[in-house]
Amino acid sequence: MHELSIATSIIEIAEEFAVKNKGANITKIEIEVGELSGIVVDSLEFALELAIEKTVLERAKIIITTIKGMARCKQCGNEYVNSDWHTACPQCASMDFDITGGKELQIKSIFIE
Amino acid sequence: MCDTCGCEGDSPVTYNKPNEEHSHDEKHEHTHEHPHHEHPHHHDHDDKHHSHDPKHEHGHSHGKEIKIEQSILTKNNSLAERNRGYFEAKNIFVLNLVSSPGSGKTSLLERTLKDIGQDLNFYVVEGDQQTMNDANRIAALKVPVIQINTGNGCHLDAEMVNKAVKQLNVANDAVLVIENVGNLVCPSLFDLGESKRVVVISVTEGDDKPIKYPTMFHSADICIINKIDLLPYVDFDVEKAKNYALSVNHHLKFFEVSVKTGEGMEAWYAWLKDVEQHK
Repeated sequence: MHELSIATSIIEIAEEFAVKNKGANITKIEIEVGELSGIVVDSLEFALELAIEKTVLERAKIIITTIKGMARCKQCGNEYVNSDWHTACPQCASMDFDITGGKELQIKSIFIE
Repeated sequence: MCDTCGCEGDSPVTYNKPNEEHSHDEKHEHTHEHPHHEHPHHHDHDDKHHSHDPKHEHGHSHGKEIKIEQSILTKNNSLAERNRGYFEAKNIFVLNLVSSPGSGKTSLLERTLKDIGQDLNFYVVEGDQQTMNDANRIAALKVPVIQINTGNGCHLDAEMVNKAVKQLNVANDAVLVIENVGNLVCPSLFDLGESKRVVVISVTEGDDKPIKYPTMFHSADICIINKIDLLPYVDFDVEKAKNYALSVNHHLKFFEVSVKTGEGMEAWYAWLKDVEQHK
């Protein structure tokens, strides 16, 4: 259940942000979670729901965007969706690829009033 | 609630050395180190990469947007880099040993210490939710060891390792083995500052484990397949397991061993002794 520690890290970053911005009221926070980040979005949503109580995010709208796992084939250069780390290139069937997206786990934006 | 492992505050992380009465109990210090540095945003913002939350209401005002683009793991990652710098300065080679519970991490470590403990200057950090059992096993071999008990925590993090290493007082040019909490999911996200990550699987598990838990296998450098003496009695297909593992991480290096019979251990020892080459 490491999603709970991720949720508390998100709150910590938001709390710090609020302090730095002189107690600004956070209305919305946008979080990006890659398919290959090792985080289950449903678990993170559940953890956040519990954890934001009595924090600066208590009233904020939380938007979690999933980013597709992407790979670039090192044989033919094709870029394709690879959501499970081990999808062969659909163009040339090669397993020789670099992961180019989907590992993201970050706070993208915070909206304040 | 604890910011590091998500545990409740009444379940502190403890650090104990075997045969020392003093029990150093402490809660995680809630230090706040979140440098708001700008870092490049790698993924492209083409719509095909995004699946928008259906609840997302476009055009609805939520006030002034401030770009953050900060990794949620920043705190752990920066502490891990601090550990890494410390280890490099002291020329310490650090292994992070990960696996599901029961694959034989502690037995592998015990046998390694018995067989080549004279050749390398070993230190050990043990991570478990509870008990001193593993640290006691290592201490019985006269190897300096400290036990981290994470309480409810499901993984070690860079801060725990930082504290444990300070208490362990690791010598220059040593080999430090960190045995993580038995868990094939959570520890994969938490860099400890190690030189190499070693994932252990045993043939009594399914040979499809690498694709069931790809994040861990993707993040590892070495894969040790243990308990090969049991291969005649189980359905585990070694080649299949290796191919699955290579499909998520084609850089993985394998050792097939039986800790019990000693089969295959020489290759593992040779790799360990060649430590300078892996730094």
